[in-house]
Amino acid sequence: MSDLRDLYQEVILDHSKRPRNHRRPEQFDASAEGHNPLCGDRLTVFLKVADGVLTEVAFEGQGCAISTASASMMTEALRGRTVDEARALFERFHRSVTEASASDEELGKLAAFEGVREFPVRVKCATLAWHTLRAAIEASAKTVSTE
Amino acid sequence: MRQPPTESSPAPVGPARPTPLDPTALRREFPILEHPVHGRRLAYLDNAATTQKPREVLAALEHHYSTQCSNVHRGVHYLSQKATDAFEAARVTIARFVGAADPREIVFVRGTTEAINLVAGTFGRSRIGEGDEVLITGLEHHSNIVPWQMLVQERRARLVVAPVRDDGSVALADVAERIGPRTRLVAVTHISNALGTVLPIRDIVEAAHGRGVAVLVDGAQAVGHQRVDVRALGCDFYCFSGHKMYGPTGIGVLYGRLDRLEDMPPWQGGGDMIESVSFERSTWNRVPHKFEAGTPDIAGAIGLAAAAGFLRGLDPERVAAHERGILSAATAALEEIPGIRILGQAPEKSGVVSFLLDGVHPHDIGTVLDLEGVAIRAGHHCAQPVMQRFGVPATARASFGVYNGTDDIDALVGGLRRVRELFC
Repeated sequence: MSDLRDLYQEVILDHSKRPRNHRRPEQFDASAEGHNPLCGDRLTVFLKVADGVLTEVAFEGQGCAISTASASMMTEALRGRTVDEARALFERFHRSVTEASASDEELGKLAAFEGVREFPVRVKCATLAWHTLRAAIEASAKTVSTE
Repeated sequence: MRQPPTESSPAPVGPARPTPLDPTALRREFPILEHPVHGRRLAYLDNAATTQKPREVLAALEHHYSTQCSNVHRGVHYLSQKATDAFEAARVTIARFVGAADPREIVFVRGTTEAINLVAGTFGRSRIGEGDEVLITGLEHHSNIVPWQMLVQERRARLVVAPVRDDGSVALADVAERIGPRTRLVAVTHISNALGTVLPIRDIVEAAHGRGVAVLVDGAQAVGHQRVDVRALGCDFYCFSGHKMYGPTGIGVLYGRLDRLEDMPPWQGGGDMIESVSFERSTWNRVPHKFEAGTPDIAGAIGLAAAAGFLRGLDPERVAAHERGILSAATAALEEIPGIRILGQAPEKSGVVSFLLDGVHPHDIGTVLDLEGVAIRAGHHCAQPVMQRFGVPATARASFGVYNGTDDIDALVGGLRRVRELFC
C-alpha cells in the first residue's frame, strides 16, 4: 500500500501552497503553453535565455498540488543552468517519475517526486511543466535560429 | 438540515412508502465490493461512471457462455436456437423494463454513445439539411454534443444550446423558446452526469411535439436509478448503457418509437441487417435488425436483461427513494465541511454530488480519497461545457448506487477531513 506521504511529501506541499516564480515576467525570450486534457490544467512557462544559459524561468497557471509543485521546483532547479543541462535534467526527472530505479542523487530536491511513479495517472501532472519547458526551449532555439 | 430517512422519521403524508433498501445486504450481492482497496473497505462512489455487477448478472454471463454460446439468427442447430431465443427474450425483457410498446423498438447497441451516433447517422442525416437546427442543453455529456456537432458541420445546419441556470437546472422555458421553425430535433439528457440535475423531460417532449419536433433523450444516468417509462415520457428516442445499470460493458440500448425506426435508413451495413444481397442491390431487414449489423453482443444483451431483472426485483421506486436519501445525507454532510462548495443544487436532483474544496485541486482530492478506499471521480466528467459554465476546470464527484449506505458517506467525509489536514 502506497502511503499518502510518499506522494505528498512536505516539500511538495510547501511548493504547491506557495509556488515560487509563479508570475508572468514583463520580458521573456520564449514561452510555451502546456495542457493536460485529463484534468483541464493549463500552464505557461516563460524563459529568459542569455548565451545559452537560463537566466530566468517562471510559470503561470493553476493546477493540482503535484503539477504546481513540480512547476515551482522546476523553475528553482533550472535557474542558471545551460539549455543543454535543462534538457538533460528533463530526461533524468522523467525517468525518476516513470521508471523504478535507484534514487538519482543528481536530482536533489526534485527526487521528492519519485513517489509519483506509484500513481501512474498522476505522472502527467508531475511532468506537465517539464514538457512545457521543453517546448519553450525549442521555441527559443527556433527564435535564435531565425534571427 | 435534511436527513436520510430513518425509522424514527415521521411518516410521510401520501401513498404508502415502500420498504427502504438494505444497502448492507445488497452490498453482499456484489463480489467486487468484498475486495479491500489500499487495505480499506471500498466505498465505491463512482456509479455515474460505471456501476458494479451483481452475482445474478455475472451468473447470466457465465450461464450463456457455458450452456448456450452460439451465433444468433443464423444456425439451424440446437445451440443457435437457444442463443437466439435468449437474445430475443432479452429484448422483450428490456422493452418491458422501459415501458416500450413493442420489443421491435429496442435496438441493441454498444452503449449510449453509439445509440446517439446511430440516430445522428440515420434520422439526422436523412432529416437535417442546410439551415436546420438541433437543440441541446448546456448540461450535455460530450456524447450528446459531438455527434450533433459533426452532423451540423456536414449539413451546414446549426447547433442551438439552451442555457444552464446558476443552480444547475435547465428551465423548460429556456428550452421551449428555442424550438423554432428550423428545429428538427431536441436532444437532451434526462439526468446530468456532472451535476445530477433531473430535466423536465415530459414537459420538454410536450413542447417539442407541439411543434412537430422529435426528441431524443440521453438516459445513461437515469435508467438504473429511477423508473423510466418511455411511453409516459413520450420521447421519440431514448438511449442508455448497460454498464451504468449494473449490467455488462459493451451493451446498450436505443429505444426508438416504431414509426420513427421504420422511417429511418439503415446505419451500418453488414450481415443480419439485410433481407437480400446481390451485387446490384440489397434490401434491408426489418426493424430492429435493420440497425444491428454484424454479430451483436449476445452475452451482453443477456447480461443486461439480468440487470433489468435485478432492478425490477428491487423496484425502481425504492431504488430512487434510497438514492434520494443518500444524496440528502451526503449533501448535508459535505455542507458541514469548511471550504466545500457543491456545484449544482437544482430542486430536482438524482444521486450525484459534484463539489469543490477551496484551494485543493479535485485530482488531489481524488488521490487522497483513493488511498482511503473511497472511489470518486475527479475531472471534467466528459462535460467540459458544464465546467466552463461554472468557471472551473474540474470538480470532484461522488455518485451513488443501490449498495451505498451511510458508512460510505462516513468514509467520504473522513477522507475529506484527511484532505483538509494535508492541504488546508
